[in-house]
Amino acid sequence: MKRASLAVLLGAATALAGSLAAGPAGAKTLVFCSEGSPENFYPAINTTGTSFDAGAQIYGNLVSFERGTTNVVPDLAESWEIGDDGRTYTFHLRKGVKWHANRAFKPTRDFGADDVLFSVERQWKEDHPFFRVTSANHTYFNDMALPKLLRSLEKVDDHTIRFTLTQPEAPFLSDLAMSFAAIQSREYADAMLKAGTPEKIDQEPIGTGPFYLLQYQKDALIRYRAFPQYWGGKAALDDLVFAITPDASVRWAKLQKGECHVMPYPNPADVEAMRKDPNVQVLEQPGLNIGYLAYNTQKKPFDDVRVRKAMNMAINKKAIIDAVYLSTGIAAKNPIPPTIWSYDDAIKDDPYDPAAARKLLAEAGHPNGFETDLWAMPVQRPYNPNARRIAELMQADLAKVGIKAEIKTYEWGEYRKRLQNGEHQTGMFGWTGDNGDPDNFLHTLLGCSSAAPGGGNAAKWCDKTFDDLVVKAKTISDKAERTRLYEQAQVVFKEQAPWFTIAHAVQLKPVRKEVEGFKISPFSRHTFYGVTLK
Amino acid sequence: MLRFLLTRAALVIPTFLGITLVAFFLIRLVPGDPIETMAGERGIDPARHAALRTAYGFDRPVLVQYAIYLERLAHGDLGRSISTQEPVAGEFASLFPATVELGVCAILFALALGLPAGILAAVRRNSIFDHGVMGLSLTGYSMPIFWWGLLLILLFSVKLGWTPVSGRIDVQYFIEPVTGFLLIDSLLADEAGAFGSAVAHLVLPAIVLGTVPLAVIARMTRSAMLEVLGEDYIRTARAKGLPAFRVVALHALRNALIPVVTVIGLQVGVLFTGAILTETIFSWPGIGKWLIEAIGRRDYPVLQGGILLIGAVVMGVNLAVDLTYGLVNPRIRHTR
Amino acid sequence: MSAELLDVPAAAAAAAPPHPLREFWTAFRANRGAVIGLAVIAAVLLMAALADLVAPHAPNLTNNDAFLRPPFWQEGGSLAYPLGTDAIGRDILSRLIYGARLSLSIGIAVVALSIVVGTMLGLVAGFFGGAVGIAIMRLMDIVLTLPSLLLAIVIVAILGPGLMNAMLAVAVVVLPHYVRIARAAVLSETAKDYVTAARVSGAGTLRLMLREVLPNCAAPLIVQASLGVSTAILDAAALGFLGLGAQPPSPEWGTMLADAREFVLRAWWVVTFPGLTILVTVLAFNLVGDGLRDALDPKLKR
Repeated sequence: MKRASLAVLLGAATALAGSLAAGPAGAKTLVFCSEGSPENFYPAINTTGTSFDAGAQIYGNLVSFERGTTNVVPDLAESWEIGDDGRTYTFHLRKGVKWHANRAFKPTRDFGADDVLFSVERQWKEDHPFFRVTSANHTYFNDMALPKLLRSLEKVDDHTIRFTLTQPEAPFLSDLAMSFAAIQSREYADAMLKAGTPEKIDQEPIGTGPFYLLQYQKDALIRYRAFPQYWGGKAALDDLVFAITPDASVRWAKLQKGECHVMPYPNPADVEAMRKDPNVQVLEQPGLNIGYLAYNTQKKPFDDVRVRKAMNMAINKKAIIDAVYLSTGIAAKNPIPPTIWSYDDAIKDDPYDPAAARKLLAEAGHPNGFETDLWAMPVQRPYNPNARRIAELMQADLAKVGIKAEIKTYEWGEYRKRLQNGEHQTGMFGWTGDNGDPDNFLHTLLGCSSAAPGGGNAAKWCDKTFDDLVVKAKTISDKAERTRLYEQAQVVFKEQAPWFTIAHAVQLKPVRKEVEGFKISPFSRHTFYGVTLK
Repeated sequence: MLRFLLTRAALVIPTFLGITLVAFFLIRLVPGDPIETMAGERGIDPARHAALRTAYGFDRPVLVQYAIYLERLAHGDLGRSISTQEPVAGEFASLFPATVELGVCAILFALALGLPAGILAAVRRNSIFDHGVMGLSLTGYSMPIFWWGLLLILLFSVKLGWTPVSGRIDVQYFIEPVTGFLLIDSLLADEAGAFGSAVAHLVLPAIVLGTVPLAVIARMTRSAMLEVLGEDYIRTARAKGLPAFRVVALHALRNALIPVVTVIGLQVGVLFTGAILTETIFSWPGIGKWLIEAIGRRDYPVLQGGILLIGAVVMGVNLAVDLTYGLVNPRIRHTR
Repeated sequence: MSAELLDVPAAAAAAAPPHPLREFWTAFRANRGAVIGLAVIAAVLLMAALADLVAPHAPNLTNNDAFLRPPFWQEGGSLAYPLGTDAIGRDILSRLIYGARLSLSIGIAVVALSIVVGTMLGLVAGFFGGAVGIAIMRLMDIVLTLPSLLLAIVIVAILGPGLMNAMLAVAVVVLPHYVRIARAAVLSETAKDYVTAARVSGAGTLRLMLREVLPNCAAPLIVQASLGVSTAILDAAALGFLGLGAQPPSPEWGTMLADAREFVLRAWWVVTFPGLTILVTVLAFNLVGDGLRDALDPKLKR
């Protein structure tokens, strides 16, 4: 019967508490109104922030991002050396790191090199007994090109491990700090394999993180408790609860009433009220993202730069920001967000000028406008809170210059596939950065290599001048020189106008006043070690 | 008698098989692909996509997939969710009690108000009260409950602050799921205030879900009572000088209840429809919300399993109602 | 002139037994609720037909200076937007008026479609029985067993969200009711003498179906149809609310509600009015349906 119920109930079998009762009166419990149920507790096979948040409290990585920044800092690895022209990484592991325990498993040894080996090989080696357990879909491991990049991984001794790469790769350390590289316990895995229930390690997780999992009820809540033997010292909070609340307005109502302390992804419409609430503080940080409308430059009439420019001038960007993003977005003029180095602030955005747009259209041979489609994704994305509403505004603006736009949408997976195949004339899309490098935007989204059908260049735009600039910038290591090239590329981008750049979404976290020490993560993670309640 | 039972039960099997067909093939017709849907902006490279399709068995002919599905079904295996990798049956089992709890409370609410209202309306036929009940019940029957729910949240949770906004219980209570029904579990857990909290969370959703059944029950009760009150034996009882209350309560009500109970039993399917909307509005962790999300994610196994299990539940309840009705009312055995 | 002449005997005849239509109207008129319902429906129909004249604004006209204006009686509201504006500055009243077109046509189209298809299937099942009949009725059982909204959602997911597809989905879901009514009517009517007589006199099955039996099951079908319009409007609105019905910017009432949901805490009017409009319209159809049933079927009158 227990098995049938999904509610994972892990005994408080750690040294501290013998009882299952809620913590003693006065225990510090922080409630986070999270936005959904995690898929499971194995971050390596998931792609949603919701699942990463659920796992982030439990697991440790070799290295991690310093809270609130993109800097890589030691975690389970105390130190490391990079040798052989950036091709080998030797990590010295922290000693005396304890694992959590649960009903089914009591650890007998501390964290060590075997656990790292297990966690990496499980995603890498197809013949590994755990490769297919839970799922063989190790998305990020593949997306970060690790199967190609890794040559070997060897255990030097119990507390030293060495990665050898096929080529130098500067972002490798950042990769290891990402959620998919969480470290699981080899001893737990062996025990569960022997018991015939290998998938348990992903359902009733055991990690080295600051909190251990106490209870999970799908669509209702996740309950964590501070791990007293956490190597960094016990968390200031005693209990941490994720109250799963999918509706943004409901999350806000709960925060207002004090039913939760921190909430992610507020409804843009509610932010004004949040700022006025004396019990709430709204933390904010510009996000690493861009939302845009891509013109298919390989299709008529958008192969004509005058038409693209006219479109840019016909759409009222300010109205879109005011009505849809409200205070959760800033108008975008460049394809990269202002928080990324090499952002060219000197560039002037196309003005909103319907008269000039009409004139330009006439010059391009469309005095009476034309008909086009206008794709809007069916789902909310981090860079675009409501694509359909934006499409409605654009449609109305375009009608004023004689362009008849028909709004189209598909189911999300289908939408992305068709858009990347170039089936649209104009379509909304966007991007959230992985590592904060301009290349991750300019080359990935606008380079010629991704303009082929199926590629990520949604404008299907291949401009020789632009492409030369960004490809060259990829090969140089001098940051000043790279900045110069990227700035030139942004000028070309603006002249050629393959996109109507809409906005960069701002991350907003309404937090109650009694919460101290919460920091916004540039990667939209929510972690609670270091947070306390007044 | 036995023959009646057997024929009724036998009808269930082809319907159930039909549902497996519908569940399986309808869902295959839904465009989109669970693997594509899971990928973000980056998409997924074709080679890995193909490998994953093979891993999930989506590359085989549909008929073969259906045969495999049936075979596993015969062993009680509904497969695993593609997005969570959990067994579908397990997810259903953990979420179903929430839906049942909501549905049962909604029906209780509807009965508690609908029966007395219907009876009184019948007894005081054509009075202002009668017209009021009929008018209100028709309004309830016409209610778009997704809107009704929003209004009630706005009024009672946000403006007045009387009820919690969403969820099943306050997070401060750590309730171990024993039965899955929080009203029972919170009593078992012996934590002060837990039961009250569970009730407070249940009130609004139950009212919203109970609105349409309330209207139906009030109207059914009224008309059934009117019919019974017109029968000879009631008139005789009245003529004998029995007090009006006794006549209504003992004689009329008992007979009027049969059709009412039948109607309630046959409303299970309708109740599920309401539950889908109610759960969506109140973030109630039940089956309705689970299925809606599964459609969004193209999670075939969850959809198939969910539709199948819900179909089975509805069929089971209908069958039970049919059988009891047949037992209570022998005429029915011969008419159909 | 000849028409007047012809009218004379007709008028004279009416004096004796009342014409069935008149009898029906007398019975219907006695039901005050039904008359009110009819008046509301007439008003909504008129509104829909004359939307271009009645509505103060075009339904999709946005105003970048008037996001989320409250209704005129509240502070900040103005008579330019009597019921306020939505998130992107469209007039709510105008959208509701234009939306009447959509909701009414959904209701009527669904009923028309399901009545035609349902009756045909029901007649076939009733007359032919056998394997075809069993297959039809089993299929209908399956449709009835599954929660209607769930089935509708799956169908919309297959066809893709949109007004037409939502309409089709709802029509499929309500189909079994019509099939059952038609089949039951066939079964009870074929047992009667006049059908036997017609059959003996050599009437073909098709002729029997259309000329003899169909008129006799008209009454329950009409009642079911008028109640069916309200169900269809509600179901389509529910699909719209879940984002699967008519797609924005079309001003279908359920879609408007779905679109307005996120503003529930900030602007009550964007949520309240579309819902109220749905309620009133559906209630009107239900009142008329009740009235029709009472008038057409005295046995059911209580």
